[in-house]
Amino acid sequence: MSAEETAEPTRRDFLYIATGMAGVVAAASVAWPFIDQMRPDASTLALATVDVDVSSVEPGMSITAKWRGSPIFIRNRTDAEVEQAREVPLTALKDPIARNANVPGDAPATNDNRSAGEGRENWIVMVGTCTHLGCVPLGQSGDFGGWFCPCHGSHYDTAGRIRVGPAPLNLPIPTFEFISDTTVRIG
Amino acid sequence: MKKILVGLAALCLGAALGTGAFAQEEAHGGHDEANPTHFPILKPEELDWSFAGPFGRYDKAQLQRGLKVYREVCAACHSMRLVSFRNLEDLGYSEAQIRTLAAEYEVQDGPNADGEMFTRAAIPSDHFPSPYPNDEAAAASNNGAAPPDLSLMGKARTVERGFPTFVFDVFTQYQEGGPDYVHALLTGYDETPPEGMEIPEGTHYNPYFIAGKSLAMPKPITDGQVTYDDGAPQTVDQYSRDVSAFLMWAAEPHLDERKMIGFRVVLFLLLFIGLLWMTKRKVWSDVPH
Amino acid sequence: MSGGHSTYTPTSAVGRWMDARMPLPRLVHDSFVSYPTPRNLNYAYTFGGILSVMLVAQIVTGVVLAMHYTPSTLLAFDSVEKIMRDVNSGWLLRYLHSNGASMFFIAVYIHIFRSLYYGSYKAPRELLWILGCIIYLLMMAAGFMGYVLPWGQMSFWGATVITGFFTAVPVVGQSIQQLLLGGFSVDNPTLNRFFALHYLLPFMIAGVVVLHVWALHVTGQTNPTGIEVKSKTDTVPFTPYATLKDALGMMVFMLLFAYFVFYLPNFLGHPDNYIVANPLKTPAHIVPEWYFLPFYAILRAITFNIGPIDSKLGGVLAMFGAIAVLFFVPWLDTSKVRSAVYRPWYKLFYWLFAINAIFLGWLGSRPAEGAYVIMSQLSTIYYFGFFLVIMPLLGLIETPRRLPNSITEAVLAKHKGSAAAHPAGATAAPETKA
Repeated sequence: MSAEETAEPTRRDFLYIATGMAGVVAAASVAWPFIDQMRPDASTLALATVDVDVSSVEPGMSITAKWRGSPIFIRNRTDAEVEQAREVPLTALKDPIARNANVPGDAPATNDNRSAGEGRENWIVMVGTCTHLGCVPLGQSGDFGGWFCPCHGSHYDTAGRIRVGPAPLNLPIPTFEFISDTTVRIG
Repeated sequence: MKKILVGLAALCLGAALGTGAFAQEEAHGGHDEANPTHFPILKPEELDWSFAGPFGRYDKAQLQRGLKVYREVCAACHSMRLVSFRNLEDLGYSEAQIRTLAAEYEVQDGPNADGEMFTRAAIPSDHFPSPYPNDEAAAASNNGAAPPDLSLMGKARTVERGFPTFVFDVFTQYQEGGPDYVHALLTGYDETPPEGMEIPEGTHYNPYFIAGKSLAMPKPITDGQVTYDDGAPQTVDQYSRDVSAFLMWAAEPHLDERKMIGFRVVLFLLLFIGLLWMTKRKVWSDVPH
Repeated sequence: MSGGHSTYTPTSAVGRWMDARMPLPRLVHDSFVSYPTPRNLNYAYTFGGILSVMLVAQIVTGVVLAMHYTPSTLLAFDSVEKIMRDVNSGWLLRYLHSNGASMFFIAVYIHIFRSLYYGSYKAPRELLWILGCIIYLLMMAAGFMGYVLPWGQMSFWGATVITGFFTAVPVVGQSIQQLLLGGFSVDNPTLNRFFALHYLLPFMIAGVVVLHVWALHVTGQTNPTGIEVKSKTDTVPFTPYATLKDALGMMVFMLLFAYFVFYLPNFLGHPDNYIVANPLKTPAHIVPEWYFLPFYAILRAITFNIGPIDSKLGGVLAMFGAIAVLFFVPWLDTSKVRSAVYRPWYKLFYWLFAINAIFLGWLGSRPAEGAYVIMSQLSTIYYFGFFLVIMPLLGLIETPRRLPNSITEAVLAKHKGSAAAHPAGATAAPETKA
């Protein structure tokens, strides 16, 4: 089996290689379940959809729901807040992409693309973890009247777009839909 | 090596002779029909299950029928707290069907914003709700004997097989003691107790019951009680088979996957052993040992 | 053959750099590549390797199970069921771990019985044997505590009964039991400490295994003839000869393991452990895991008082004595000949002992009543008689068969009929090759 043997490959070499390969296959297949078990389990995945009742959220109010262990901000914005968000030119944005799972991936970060869609422009639903390092921003605060992350000073506007601070991206919007006028299904 | 093998053979023979004699004695000992001391009085019949053996798989139609029996009959008293509605996907239901089925149940949730618990329709991630709020309530409504949870019944009740049957079971892969037992129990109510046997008040004679001569549960099901839409016979025997299979699934939902992977693993190992054996022989060929 | 000259010569610059600072590659080379092993080892000798693989397998599966398990009386049972139902590959990992424990014990029993047959415990390997006994004890502790963790009925009542052994100790028994349990009965503190210890013990076992292998590499392996290695022709290098043989033995064992995991995963367990622990209701018939059954039978065999020792303490003493006696085996065996191959009478008593041990196991699974009790008592007498009477006496009175002069002579004599084509010189070939 020494490397110096330069003779023609023989049946014996084939046997050794085949055995070695089978051993490698065995080791790799055995490793898989040990990695597989770390992935989210079936009960965790089953909680991937939650229904939230928003009937009591008046304009100017917001609630925080929990989805996949993260806070979800659901805010019923006032007309003034919506107007304020609409007036911001895209060029003033640090991150010009909508970051909305419900619209195409390259959609611009206009107010409408960030909101809950036609007829529900006043609603905004976002994952409430700062895109910097994952703290939860405070609502109705900061220089732009939207959200402010106290950890490292990121300011978001009323459409949840990053305006000033170390965070690189707008607050992400999860897949959601209004299944009725008063219920949002997230996930 | 040969000596060890011969020795092992002698050992097995000796053990078999010795224990066989005692198994005989055991069978004849304490044989008083009216006052049996070992339970169950009768061993369950071994049935053919679709999920038995190395290539066994659950029969989805049977599991669906079993679920129906569970929901319409057993669920009145028995919980199944470890099984979620989403698990019913294994039975061949679509997500929408499961949503509808789950919504037929009410589960407690809360507290809400006012601090009150409330009930809502169940969703797929919920578990089957228990018919009683707690064990004590279950016991109180059933003469002090709380109906056991059925989630693991397919594995938690197995009648001891005894020597030498348990040795053969290794080779026949007999793992269906649970469903055999449940079927035997459900179909075993109609027998009359032997003369002189006293049946305690409020209990029901069943020679297949694992822990005594009678149990608190009355005969739970009769012919025609549950309507099947797939033409399967609506008999107690068929109901019992279906619900036993269903309980086996509830206890061991990954059985199909396990046997499928097992086949591949065994096949691979056989191949690998063959290769190793040839390699080993080649390497050792120049050394007598 | 100990401390033999190292044949390791690093070929690369990195190898030489490493060798001058921490000669780990040299250690591996000397222990698992060039290490001389007797050429006549049979497959019974592959179980040492199998056991180390099983230990690693148990540790690895155990660590990942601990990522999902919750040691609380309220959640333990459900967390195990969550592993079985929801965790990806969880059912596989859990069945690997629970059946792995049984496989571990099957392997260790074969390993122990192999030692007893070939006299592997005799001088100069007494310490090697004692280290092995310590590993076995630690394994029993780990196995017992692991069985408690799923918090089923057998977990709970097994823990109750086994910690109950200590109440047999006069005067301080109750206090010892309360110390072990952290309460007056098996409860949350018990479960928590058993989990902590169950996680710790395998690493202690691994530590003793290192000592066990160290001692083995000092004295060298025995072999079926029981004759020490005398010359180079008696041995072959560990790699590739022993490695391949071990690998083959291991894979056949893995096949057995896989057969149980995939096709009979609950065969070796008890159905009652799928019922959540209930401190108010004892199962009709408590049995320990199969690997403890012989000792359980010995425990129950003592149904009578012996002088001042009542039957309860007597049973516990007999049971612990059955394990303790193993530690003294190197000195109980007085024979000058090591291997049973050359001891016809010892061979007979040995196989009787093996049958008796299995019989005791079967008795342990039976209810303690009627003829079973008497059988257990007779079996217990033979168990102790084998170690305390037969072993010392037989060594003095038995006439062993003639021993060959060397391993090589024994091997060639065996091959005489068919081995004319193998001149003695051929056996040296592997040495020169290595």
